[in-house]
Amino acid sequence: MQYAAPKSTAEAARMLADAKGVARVLAGGTDLLVQMKSGLIEPDLVVDIKAIDGMRTITQEAGGYRIGAAVSGAELGEHAGVRALWPGVVEALELVGSTQIQGRCTLAGNLCNASPAADSVPAMVAAEATVRVIGPDGARDCPVQAIPTGPGKTSLARGEFVASIHLPARPAHASDAYLRFIPRTEMDIAVCSAGVSLVLDRNGTCQTARVALGAVAATVLLVKDAAAALVGTKLDNAALDALASAASAAATPIDDKRGTVAFRKEVAGVLARRAAVIAQQRAGSEKGADT
Amino acid sequence: MSKIHVNTSINGDTTEFLCEADEPLLNVLRDHLHLTGSKEGCGTGDCGACSVTMNGRLVCSCLVLGAEAEGAEITTIEGMADGETLHPLQRKFLEHAALQCGICTPGILVAAKALLERDPDPSETEIRYWLAGNLCRCTGYDKIISAVMDAAAEMRGG
Amino acid sequence: MALDEHQPREFKVVGTRPLRPDGIDKVTGRALYGADMTAPGMLVGRVLRSPHPHARIKSIDTSAAKKINGVKAVITGADFPEVRKGEARNVLENCIAFDKALFEGHGVAAVAATSAAAAKAALRSIRVDYEILPHVTEIADAMKPDAPVVHQGFVEENVPAGHSENVITFAEYGHGDLEAGFAKADRIVERSFRTAATHQGYIEPHACLASMGPDGKADLWCCTQGHYAARAFCAAALGMQESQLRVTASEIGGGFGGKTTVFIEPIALMLSKKAGRPVKIVMTREEVFKASGPTVSSESDIKIGMTKDGRITAASAQLRYQGGAFPNFTIHMGSQSAFAAYDLAAVRSRGLNVLTNRPKQAAYRAPGAPMAIYAVESVVDELCQHFGLDPLEVRLMNAARKGTKSSYGPTFDDIGLIATLNAAKAHPHYSAPLGPDQGRGVSCGFWFNFGGDTSVSLNINFDGTVSVVEGNPDIGGSRASISMMAAEELGIPYDRVRTVVADTNSIGHNEVTDGSRVTFAVGLATIKAALAAKKEMCARAAKMWGIDEDAVVWEDGCAKPAGANAGDHDPMPLARIARKSPSTGGPIAGHHEVNADGAGVSFGVHLCDTEVDPETGATKVVRYTVFQDAGKAVHPDYVEGQMQGGAVQGIGWALNEEYIYGPDGRLQNPGFLDYRVPVASDLPRIDTQILEIPNPGHPYGVRGVGETSIVPPLAAITNAVSRAIGTRMSQLPMSPPRLLAAIRGKAS
Repeated sequence: MQYAAPKSTAEAARMLADAKGVARVLAGGTDLLVQMKSGLIEPDLVVDIKAIDGMRTITQEAGGYRIGAAVSGAELGEHAGVRALWPGVVEALELVGSTQIQGRCTLAGNLCNASPAADSVPAMVAAEATVRVIGPDGARDCPVQAIPTGPGKTSLARGEFVASIHLPARPAHASDAYLRFIPRTEMDIAVCSAGVSLVLDRNGTCQTARVALGAVAATVLLVKDAAAALVGTKLDNAALDALASAASAAATPIDDKRGTVAFRKEVAGVLARRAAVIAQQRAGSEKGADT
Repeated sequence: MSKIHVNTSINGDTTEFLCEADEPLLNVLRDHLHLTGSKEGCGTGDCGACSVTMNGRLVCSCLVLGAEAEGAEITTIEGMADGETLHPLQRKFLEHAALQCGICTPGILVAAKALLERDPDPSETEIRYWLAGNLCRCTGYDKIISAVMDAAAEMRGG
Repeated sequence: MALDEHQPREFKVVGTRPLRPDGIDKVTGRALYGADMTAPGMLVGRVLRSPHPHARIKSIDTSAAKKINGVKAVITGADFPEVRKGEARNVLENCIAFDKALFEGHGVAAVAATSAAAAKAALRSIRVDYEILPHVTEIADAMKPDAPVVHQGFVEENVPAGHSENVITFAEYGHGDLEAGFAKADRIVERSFRTAATHQGYIEPHACLASMGPDGKADLWCCTQGHYAARAFCAAALGMQESQLRVTASEIGGGFGGKTTVFIEPIALMLSKKAGRPVKIVMTREEVFKASGPTVSSESDIKIGMTKDGRITAASAQLRYQGGAFPNFTIHMGSQSAFAAYDLAAVRSRGLNVLTNRPKQAAYRAPGAPMAIYAVESVVDELCQHFGLDPLEVRLMNAARKGTKSSYGPTFDDIGLIATLNAAKAHPHYSAPLGPDQGRGVSCGFWFNFGGDTSVSLNINFDGTVSVVEGNPDIGGSRASISMMAAEELGIPYDRVRTVVADTNSIGHNEVTDGSRVTFAVGLATIKAALAAKKEMCARAAKMWGIDEDAVVWEDGCAKPAGANAGDHDPMPLARIARKSPSTGGPIAGHHEVNADGAGVSFGVHLCDTEVDPETGATKVVRYTVFQDAGKAVHPDYVEGQMQGGAVQGIGWALNEEYIYGPDGRLQNPGFLDYRVPVASDLPRIDTQILEIPNPGHPYGVRGVGETSIVPPLAAITNAVSRAIGTRMSQLPMSPPRLLAAIRGKAS
């Protein structure tokens, strides 16, 4: 295996494109090294992107934030600005693994590993995050949702890698939340999860909503029916019931060692409901909300 | 395949070593530098027995490549005591019988030290969640919590 | 009065809480565990393991492996000499296959090479021709008449006719007239239970370093609970005399019974023999799960009859265990322990042990008892609920006590069950109010505790310090307790005594560190060795004083004249006798070798409160208290540690831990990610209360404590959860999908 630590995105893209055999990007390494240990992957080349300018920075952009691909969960959690603007995305990434994993794991890595149960992805999808992809032909932006195409598979072409993630601006009276179900209190892969992002008007009526479910399909499900159940309501019980039903109905999980179909479908609805309530509470308590 | 030459700092000591590209830092510490205090319990980041800090961040050394240590500052359990003076956490672990077999102890001490350096007055719940990535199979964690809280109190000057 | 018997006394050292002698090394990273040792010229050893759960091995072609640069030895099962039928042969065959791969992960070949990369390449190049056979991993499947036969030749004589050849053991215990007993009951509950296999979950994977010379002498460094057992198994496997193999026990990173046998050591020795160099083998975590010794899994059918005022009139259990592809004794221990907590006129346990395509089970803290007592205590709780009776009152009414003929045969002497039950009843936990979605569970627990072969040597150093040499790896702080007992008996301060665990060449035979035996048996032998040393020191003082040996006694760390008639001599402290010993006859020591019996059983009671989220089945342990009889708590911190550690293992067993096999016979969760042991944030404080009902069979009253505490949690948690959700649970683990299904089932 070769290890390289390029100093520019162009150099990284070229290395990945020209690599003979299997090439992998290394940011936090918390998926890559696990897969190497189990023998699932034997890369011929590992490209460490952490030495590239901008990979480890968070900058304000267009009212939102651009987060470099190598920003760790711990660093993201310490950023008051991102935390205030997109608390659901931050709490989702912060749920990945232990404190030790938090010292290394990244949004980009969580996304590109393309596990159906990835914690940060439902929250990023609900937030309408976009990624900047760098390749041999330059840079392109696309929605986060376009990246994972199936378990362990992405739409990235040879030589391409995610250089940063952009979380957009958000109007007033809006917030997000992410919840996952795990059997212990920490250290588990999500059995099912829900990321909900809401925009309310100043009277508390829901204007727009995005409800994304994780670990209940091959990739994250954006459930339009669930969102529609909230729009125009103040998230009364009937609306929340409808949201939960729509989420459960849309879920298409499998039986595996972590959960059953019945369990996942039912709890997806429970989590969507609970996450919506938290997002609503956060949105309502924002500064600038009219009394 | 030729080895990678790395310059780094371990427990404040300038260190250089050669390693394979795919070798984790944990293997480098244990097999090349003879720092066997960090342990491999799983090799996949699930147990925390290999915990070290890298540039001030608590990490699993089994999930860091040796090559990534270039230019970094690594601290391990071996750097926790100051000569023959134990760190308060080490003393409190002994006083509270917070170890039985002791295999998880280096990782837990490194993790607890990282916690107290960032939050000198953590609650019991905060300690438990911070240490969730450090498995202990012997103690049920109870005396570990007592030891960490007592060490924190002493370090605050209480 | 016999020296073994307990005599009440005021203790000066025993019962205090000094720091442990190995502590500093363990908090600084200096302590050397199994994988921490190196040797010049050391090779990396790796094992090739079967991907199939059941297959005939038609051939193994290792020729390509031998040609790889850096590969110094390649072996298969065929390289080992024939071992006589028996446990040693079974242990070896479990390490490395003879003619069949018996479980997924079964070792089939091994290599030693100069680097990990070369070893990996060598394993890849080995060609194994497997003839895949149908497999069975579950008890019910293995018992079917047409089930594939896992391993021939193990059916014991007393197994009833008509069973599949996989049913190899039959156990039966009990007494009294069951039919008459059940006829007296106001209600009979019959219920079946299932538990999954679990793993001891020690954080340190198996590791060893073997070095055999051309003269056939060998050194083995390994993490083990019993280096004498390791020596015996390895010597048999290699066809060598035990005295030619010196085994040194490293510090051990957890065992709980799982390191009382060997999995890689014979392989490392054979590789070293062939290579002529030291060979180190360290198991990966995946190998630990697939190829070391998990527990049995179980099915049980329990039937208990109770009168409306809480008297148990009859009780029976049918147990079915599987422990992998080799025999084990666990079904006997399960059958014996199932009803041990009760004083019953009519009781019967019957058990069957079944072979499956899984690795050979190993002990895990009270082997066989947790799954049996879980089922019994669940049914007792169900009967208490039915009649609206207090669970502790019902236990008290039926509790085994001094004079009870136990369900497994022996009559109990002084035991602590009633004391622990009363302590639980009086504890504030028992009367604390419960919140919404919460339930409280109670369970008793029991373990036999063992004695066994023990050798201790106690040397009086010329500087007046004392070295105790023993042969039991320290898995819980026993070196501190041994030193404390030596200090107590000699009348000197604790810090003048140092206890070391010696290698197999340096002290006589010692049974493994298991059965909660060390504080009891090694303690007993240490006390007796101290008595012998004291006798000799008195003789030396007598010599120096010119009086009769019989006229000297030992008191407060000194030799003293027995009375005024013996002469006017100032007490002579141990240090002076030691300093003078070269001129009074030479070095002074005491030693003792014994097969200790008189180990006292240990009872415990656990109380626990759980809260179950009715929408998700997530369970939170809200409060937990452990009551246990320790006889005499030599070092209370370490006794508490055993109580807490065992309780948490039981909590994991009840809620989340299980071996998950697919229909392909492969283990789906061989890692700590999906084999879910409790983490720090899962748990509350584990409160403890130590009871001391002295064991008459030990001079200080010591009972073993290490194992009992894993037994009650399974039913305590089950009873708490069942009460919280209003439905009786009968399968472990009670993972959230199972709980939610039960909650939904109740609602519909």
